[in-house]
Amino acid sequence: MTIDGYLEAFRREGRIVVVGASLAGLRAAEALRAEGFAGTLTLVGDEPHEPYDRPPLSKQVLLGKVPADHTRLPRVRPVDAQWRLGSAATGLDLAAKRVRLADGDVLDYDRLLITTGVRARPWPQELEAELDGVFVLRTQDDAVQLHHRLAAGPRRVLVIGAGFTGSEIASACRERDVPVTVAERGAAPLVGALGGVVGEVAAELQRAHGVDLRCGVQVTGLEGDSAGRVRTAHFSDGTAVACDVVVVALGATRNTEWLADSGLGAGPRGIACDAGCRAFDVRGIVTDDVFVAGDVARSPHPLFGYQFLSLEHWGNAVAQAEVAAHNMVSASAERRPHLWMPSFWSAQFGVNIKSVGVPPMADQIMVTQGSLAEQRFTAAYGFQGRVIAAVTFDQAKWLDFYERQIERAASFPPEFTTVDRRPEGRQPVAADFPDPSQPSHGPTVTLSGYSPTDRRVSFTPRRA
Amino acid sequence: MRLVVDLNRCQGYAQCAFLAPDVFTMHGDEALMYDPQADDSQREHVRRAADACPVKAITLDYADLDGAAEAGGSRDD
Amino acid sequence: MTSVALLRQVLDYANRPDPYPLYAELRRTPVVRDEAGPYLVSTYWAVKGLLHDPRISSDARNLTPEAAEATGQEQDPNLPPSFLRLDPPEHDRLRRLAMRPFGPPHTPRRVFEMHGELAGIVTGLIDGLRGRDAIDLVDDVSYPFPVTVICRILGVPREDETHFHEWADTIAAGLDPVGTPEERAAKMQDVQQARRDLAMYLAGLIEERRRSPRDDMLSALATEHGPDGQMSPVEMITTSVLLLIAGHETTVNLITNGMLTLLRHPDVLQRLRTEPALAGPLVEELLRFEPPVQMLPQRTTLAEIEVAGTVIPKGAAVYLMVASGNRDPQRFTDPDRFVPDRPDNQHLGFGHGLHSCFGAPLARLEAQLALTELVRRLDAPQLVEDPPPYRQNAVLRGPRHLPLTIGGIRD
Repeated sequence: MTIDGYLEAFRREGRIVVVGASLAGLRAAEALRAEGFAGTLTLVGDEPHEPYDRPPLSKQVLLGKVPADHTRLPRVRPVDAQWRLGSAATGLDLAAKRVRLADGDVLDYDRLLITTGVRARPWPQELEAELDGVFVLRTQDDAVQLHHRLAAGPRRVLVIGAGFTGSEIASACRERDVPVTVAERGAAPLVGALGGVVGEVAAELQRAHGVDLRCGVQVTGLEGDSAGRVRTAHFSDGTAVACDVVVVALGATRNTEWLADSGLGAGPRGIACDAGCRAFDVRGIVTDDVFVAGDVARSPHPLFGYQFLSLEHWGNAVAQAEVAAHNMVSASAERRPHLWMPSFWSAQFGVNIKSVGVPPMADQIMVTQGSLAEQRFTAAYGFQGRVIAAVTFDQAKWLDFYERQIERAASFPPEFTTVDRRPEGRQPVAADFPDPSQPSHGPTVTLSGYSPTDRRVSFTPRRA
Repeated sequence: MRLVVDLNRCQGYAQCAFLAPDVFTMHGDEALMYDPQADDSQREHVRRAADACPVKAITLDYADLDGAAEAGGSRDD
Repeated sequence: MTSVALLRQVLDYANRPDPYPLYAELRRTPVVRDEAGPYLVSTYWAVKGLLHDPRISSDARNLTPEAAEATGQEQDPNLPPSFLRLDPPEHDRLRRLAMRPFGPPHTPRRVFEMHGELAGIVTGLIDGLRGRDAIDLVDDVSYPFPVTVICRILGVPREDETHFHEWADTIAAGLDPVGTPEERAAKMQDVQQARRDLAMYLAGLIEERRRSPRDDMLSALATEHGPDGQMSPVEMITTSVLLLIAGHETTVNLITNGMLTLLRHPDVLQRLRTEPALAGPLVEELLRFEPPVQMLPQRTTLAEIEVAGTVIPKGAAVYLMVASGNRDPQRFTDPDRFVPDRPDNQHLGFGHGLHSCFGAPLARLEAQLALTELVRRLDAPQLVEDPPPYRQNAVLRGPRHLPLTIGGIRD
């Protein structure tokens, strides 16, 4: 059969399995149908719930404005799929083109899309993690439990890790008038994602809203009472705080363990794929029947030195899912690259924080509009003399402009003046990112080297 | 009815919060919060909000759009 | 044809009924310099880019003296500019203060809850047409409706409209960059006098409301304090002048353009009759197809910038031709067709970026209500003349009269 003939037959009656039934998986399935794929489509999800949206879980849901099970995603179109929900994938046989499920079933595919995403990194001390009152927040079920506890009026909540999720949780606590302590290993909240200069603004914001913010400390232990309920947290500076709810917000781990012996280029940093969303195998050879999208993917981006970026970004999941779906059912000449501009948002303490580009790559930052002190500003990030990212606090309407600057590799510091330029916008300063080799709560962009064929990347076979 | 807002697109014009204040609320000057599963009685307001969004950031379920019947009727799951 | 001739033609009253072919000509060069000095930006992406560009100022003080003189944008020595003509941070502070009594986050339900009141006003106006077989839509509905609404919201007595109508018209006409420098200077004198008169009038009202506040925006501006404090007395005046003019001179065009467009597309008119939910997307398409504000002639560059291959020097006057961007085939499929449910309609009808229309939610609601009710209740409406007679204004473009014959008024 000719290649073209194969593709046509595949589009008509092929089998596609999508492992991962969250935002990326759903949007990919819809896009596959929109692209005209008429074959068998199976969606596998480890959670029992149909695809739901996660960003509201740390905001509206914790505030009690929206029930946790009310964030199911709207459907853009019918997907006519077999749903295998509540049944995690446990293995992949690349040669046989087969996915194994936890319930023992196997699913044969012609093409596979992996959108397994990430999960919350648990508290590393297992016994402490099992104490009653210790939570993570990633899933709908997590949100149900945590909201339930917040609604009961805890005496004090401890949030471990002041990344975006941790900060949003702290914000929700304060809005509910629940006392909250935030413990952050770095020098300031959001420091891994936005650097120290902006981190200081985030710290001010937290303190102004009554958060007991403790930076530069680690939680050394969680202590329970005789009934197994968490009671006290101990810090590396020798202090302790009494708390009856602890939320561990230490970033995420990629869901790739099920691929450990599959021969796919998958590891703790995600699954490496090319710009067309095709997965690499461990030899660094690109596969033609396994595709990746969303938080679990790691793909090279020409705007950012062809570094392999892992993006835990909502918009990336949507955009990459659509590209992957298109490429899965298209001939190679018609395939598209996934060249999404990294973008994210966070709402905390009544402030809308948005960013474009890759701030953690930057060495310098300059406040081009507004003022840090007023907590309303736009800052551009520079790397080796070009604009690489920008962040806004309540100034989202300007972000498009900076996105164009990044796309055009405009020079940094910007040579032009802008409206609302203040004295602090005259000089760039060090962006002040922590040493990336020590991820704390994890920035929302992970930079992880140049290419899987690069000699510095080594493959460690499964331990016997 | 289900909806989702692409908050990467959203620039805080607040048109939705004017037109459907029981579903969309501004949290501060720019941050938007919304009810992703709005009551069916809000459908007309939510549709007006989606139409008015200057950056078209609001996505509704196809079942809540006109022409849903032609697009394949009720949801398949 | 040269660009020089084009701007003059756009401003030429003879072309008021249909400037769109001229815009199409203009778009062949996305940025052109007119002989009078201003740079005309006419393609969708270029216009939108500049609306979000922090190197673009709305403050006339940033124009070079030559550019200010050539485009008639000298400062009013008597009254400082409103937030429409200010940059951040002053713009942002004043707009937040003005928004406080009008919309979210502080007053999210004000406009929403006016729905019934607005519907009542429209119903009253249409009821008043009973027994007539000929009407002027402008004088009978599309002018009185938004004027009544803005008066109620601000707390301006409707009966005073006879005073300020002329001032408002004079100020609106002042937006047009037409005439010789001498003519413009004379016109600017009239405009400044009208602003002064309107300001005096509103200052008196604000003082009254400060002493005995009511449930209206002037009272709130005069008495309430928020996180940004309060406007200064002069800021209260410039802001209320702006809101009164804007509420006065724009929505009238949206409603009139809307009815005119519907009468030119009887199939769509019929569809709106049977499908009132169409009003939402239809008004968006109207804002694209016949925007009440055709161009934004009040921007300038803070630095030398390059747009679509053309370098615009610092301090130059820049006209953003939003109505042209709205018809850009690079952005909109079949742009000269009126498609009431056009998908992904990110038009520039209310501008974009930080100066995007303050009253947009109100204008939307007014136009949706008025058009839905007009098509539902007017029996067999017919245009008496097409094109109808237009107002002089090129910037705030719309018919001065829209004479219609009708078969009657339905209940």
